[in-house]
Amino acid sequence: MDVLKYWVGIDLGSTTTKAVVLGEDQTVLGRGITNSRSNYDVACAVALGEALINARLALIASTLEAKGFAGRDVEELLARFELLFREQQYRAQLSELGDQLNAQAKRLKVADAVHESVGAIIPQMAEESGALFTPGARRKSDFFRDLAGSRYLALAEEVGREKGASFDVLAGLFDKAILEVENSTQAVGTFDEHGRRALEGLGGDHPELQAAVETVLAVDLQQVASVGTGYGRQRLPFPEAMIRSEILCHGLGAHHMFPGTRTVLDIGGQDTKAIQVDEHGIVTSFQMNDRCAAGCGRYLGYIADEMNLGLHELGPLAGKATRKVRINSTCTVFAGAELRDRLSLGEKREEILAGLHRAIVLRAMSLLARSGGVSEEFTFTGGVAKNSEAVKALHTLIEENYGERTINISPESIYTGALGAALFALHEALKTEGAAA
Amino acid sequence: MANDARTNVSKDLSQERQKRMIAEHFSKLARAPDEGRACAYTFVPGNLTELLNSFDVLPVLPEINALQSGMRGKSRDYIGLAEKLGHSEDVCTYVKCDLGMLKSGNIGPTGERLPDPNLLLLSYTGCFTFLKWFEILGQEYDCPVVMLHVPYQGDGKITNSMRKYVVDQLRNKVIPQLEEISGQPYDEDRLKEMLARSAQAEDDLVYVLESAKNKPSPIDAYFGGVYYIGPIFTAFRGTQDAVEYYRELRAEVEERVKLGKGPITPEGEMEEEKYRVVVEGPPNWTSFRQFWKMFSDEGAVVVASSYTKVGGVYDDGFRHDPSRPLESLADYCMGCYTNLNLPSRVDMLVRYVEDYQADGFLINSVKSCNSFSAGQLMILREVENRTGRPGGFVESDLVDPRYFSASNIKNRLESYFQMIDQKRERGRKSGQGD
Repeated sequence: MDVLKYWVGIDLGSTTTKAVVLGEDQTVLGRGITNSRSNYDVACAVALGEALINARLALIASTLEAKGFAGRDVEELLARFELLFREQQYRAQLSELGDQLNAQAKRLKVADAVHESVGAIIPQMAEESGALFTPGARRKSDFFRDLAGSRYLALAEEVGREKGASFDVLAGLFDKAILEVENSTQAVGTFDEHGRRALEGLGGDHPELQAAVETVLAVDLQQVASVGTGYGRQRLPFPEAMIRSEILCHGLGAHHMFPGTRTVLDIGGQDTKAIQVDEHGIVTSFQMNDRCAAGCGRYLGYIADEMNLGLHELGPLAGKATRKVRINSTCTVFAGAELRDRLSLGEKREEILAGLHRAIVLRAMSLLARSGGVSEEFTFTGGVAKNSEAVKALHTLIEENYGERTINISPESIYTGALGAALFALHEALKTEGAAA
Repeated sequence: MANDARTNVSKDLSQERQKRMIAEHFSKLARAPDEGRACAYTFVPGNLTELLNSFDVLPVLPEINALQSGMRGKSRDYIGLAEKLGHSEDVCTYVKCDLGMLKSGNIGPTGERLPDPNLLLLSYTGCFTFLKWFEILGQEYDCPVVMLHVPYQGDGKITNSMRKYVVDQLRNKVIPQLEEISGQPYDEDRLKEMLARSAQAEDDLVYVLESAKNKPSPIDAYFGGVYYIGPIFTAFRGTQDAVEYYRELRAEVEERVKLGKGPITPEGEMEEEKYRVVVEGPPNWTSFRQFWKMFSDEGAVVVASSYTKVGGVYDDGFRHDPSRPLESLADYCMGCYTNLNLPSRVDMLVRYVEDYQADGFLINSVKSCNSFSAGQLMILREVENRTGRPGGFVESDLVDPRYFSASNIKNRLESYFQMIDQKRERGRKSGQGD
């Protein structure tokens, strides 16, 4: 049996928990992400489990390539395989959700109509799952909670009305049940189980893929070391020596992605960090928001809630604005009032949003200035780096204040901290080996 | 400047003595109205303790009362009361804490009532807020206010005309007023005796502060330092008590140096000195022990600090001088850390980082104090550039507990110490030719 050693970095953030799995040569084998929750151990286990699944999926692709199977057909086949795999995962979680809903319904002694509604909703969701994972299908989120939640609530309204069950009771059941599903590391199933089912689901004859799946299933993935970082790092199930500050991890992670980087800006859920690094990715100075978390990612979350939009819809909507409303306060607590006030003045939603994005970035600019400015090559990380409007505002403000700069944003930027942590794990191991030698 | 934070550790003789001195002083203050003794409210930077004592006038230091209230967990209510009276959230929290205490019966740190002032002696050194503070107190008390204007060291030096300006004020305004409230004539011989004792204690204080150049440092020059500066910054400079306190303290520190011991922290004696840092800015008083613990848990020792120079800079050689009593008082006032311009502050901090072989430099920026905070980021950059050692920045407040966010500060401090580690490791690697 082949043995593949890996090193793990876990970034336990305020909103999401990220895991990155690295191979010996510093290549990323897999990444995983999940909602952070009160049980940190579970969040870590789920994110790592996801990263290992992704690592195996990537191994399947590289195995095929090594055997000379490449090209568009193979890519499409792999994409279909992965979708089927995801569908299996979804269905496994859905089945667990159904069990939990029934258990909760029983415990709470709800009306028969509620039992019947649950009994109708879950099978229907299972039936629809195929459509959710067809090529080209748009999914609002990759998190089971969001995917299943929005469909469940829609069906609860519909089916509940038919059967005379209270929507509030059905929604309440979901809130309880989804926590149980999320806190179970079993619900998501194993690679083995889903991999084989996905193969069956493909139909037709694919001996080369089948062989690759078998090869990868036989690989023994062995964890060598792990390093934790992020807001919840003190509660990670790691020894103290294996915990690193997220500032150092973001610096090192960003440097690994873009070696020319000398300045890093990270806007996460509840903090903003401006970091300067040297040519080795070592942090030379940093600044963080301290007394106030105004203008962090969570602020956008509130705004999205207030507008009844998904977080990912904010940037594109703001992008439609032809002018920006000037907004000074980025206080999260006042976000709702600020927004309603502007709307009542007759300002357009997209223009208010464009102004809000600029205001957030302005706060980050002040931290950047405090940390030592923006050097030639700059990397933007964190959840907010996924927001197109925030990125646009950042480009404008950097150019206005510092002139032309190289601005890097990786599509995997949300994993920067976890990547840095994994690199620390690897460095630590090499150091120990070096010392032993 | 504080007397009750180290409760769980065995106390040194010097600490016991300091506690006794403070208790006696507050009991004298409590008896002052009955005994007909005059007292003056005044500030730490540029205080004229020897001059006051030479008239038997007792000093009261509102800043110290405020920080004591912070350490005793009273400041939240005092500040709340002052805000209720109309002082905004942005006002210096020392001021609000003092006003709140005053409005709550003016009970001092030892539980005894403080006397009303016979004089508000505004030795105005490096802080504009002092002016407003005493303006407010002036409305509360029926007593004269004397303002000693201390010129700022804008060009980084003290000139003869600046000195003369202060001496003239001492001679023509301060001394006549003290004669009036005390009913005693100015006695320069008595003042000279006191100044001689000041210089003696100052020698020992400088030894203690400079002992941190040893490795390991036998003291923490910030968290421990605030205790060491207590007597000399407040009511005791020029007294025999202070001479004896510093002699005792010095002997204790000499002993620690001889034994190669590290500093005593709230958690006991520090076993391993992992980081040596220089700190700029006042400490936070409401979470003083917790803040200190964040350093000591990481094995971080503060080897030099600017805060321990706010009531007088002595390690540059300045001493109170009986041969030129009023002139040396003037020089003292103008030489306090808060009266130095930014380039002088940078020079001092750079010298500390180098002379004390520090691994880095850290600023605690307090919300309350613009005199301290303005320019600190420039200082940070300058010290980093000139020493090549990493700077760190945390934010809190003096005595408003609402502005101490423990998890944020801890997060930053941990990141900062890990940054030093990472730099060291890199340094070792390049040393090995990597």
